[in-house]
Amino acid sequence: MAQTQGEIRYLTPLSVDTKKKKYCRFKRSGIKYIDYKDPEFLKKFLNEQGKILPRRITGTSLKFQRRVARAVKRARHLALLPFVTDLMK
Amino acid sequence: MNHYETVFILTPVLSEAQMKEAVEKFKTVLTDGGATIVNEENWGLRKLAYNIQKKSTGFYTLIEFDGEPTIVKKLETAYRRDERVLRFLTFHLDKFAAEYAVKRRNLRKAKAEAASVAETETPATEENTNA
Repeated sequence: MAQTQGEIRYLTPLSVDTKKKKYCRFKRSGIKYIDYKDPEFLKKFLNEQGKILPRRITGTSLKFQRRVARAVKRARHLALLPFVTDLMK
Repeated sequence: MNHYETVFILTPVLSEAQMKEAVEKFKTVLTDGGATIVNEENWGLRKLAYNIQKKSTGFYTLIEFDGEPTIVKKLETAYRRDERVLRFLTFHLDKFAAEYAVKRRNLRKAKAEAASVAETETPATEENTNA
């Protein structure tokens, strides 16, 4: 008893935060141009209200984040994507 | 000479023939201004993501063209003067976009060819392709 005291034991092995490394999907798959004509693809970079997700969540590199933003804004202008909405997904 | 791409939305109140006529009009604006039309796509009647001028649908048309920068201004004034146009977007294609545009064009062409082949073939072979 004295031995186990002070030492916490778990039945299941503790899941120590194994951070999944984020990566830029455009760099990895070699996409150079982001098409505004494909709203289904662009929806991956939007939240439920139709706002553009930050880089810290999607992992996109700065260069491609700018291109994503431009594509989304073009799509919004042409009414392919909404400016504001609820429950998009 | 630069590559440009333009998309415009026409009101849904037009008939098919009127819509074609409007598209022709903008194409002549381009060709008269010394631009060459590379590609034209008709996306048909699509639902808009939000209402524009109290309309919830519109005819989308995409035109890719090569021309001098001055043509863009002419085209856009033509859009603004025409009340059948709900929305338009014209922009210059950079090298990545041009590359993508060529790829997309070829892909669409191949798809269209495959579709026409499937149509001409007998229904028996069509079933095979579906399976």
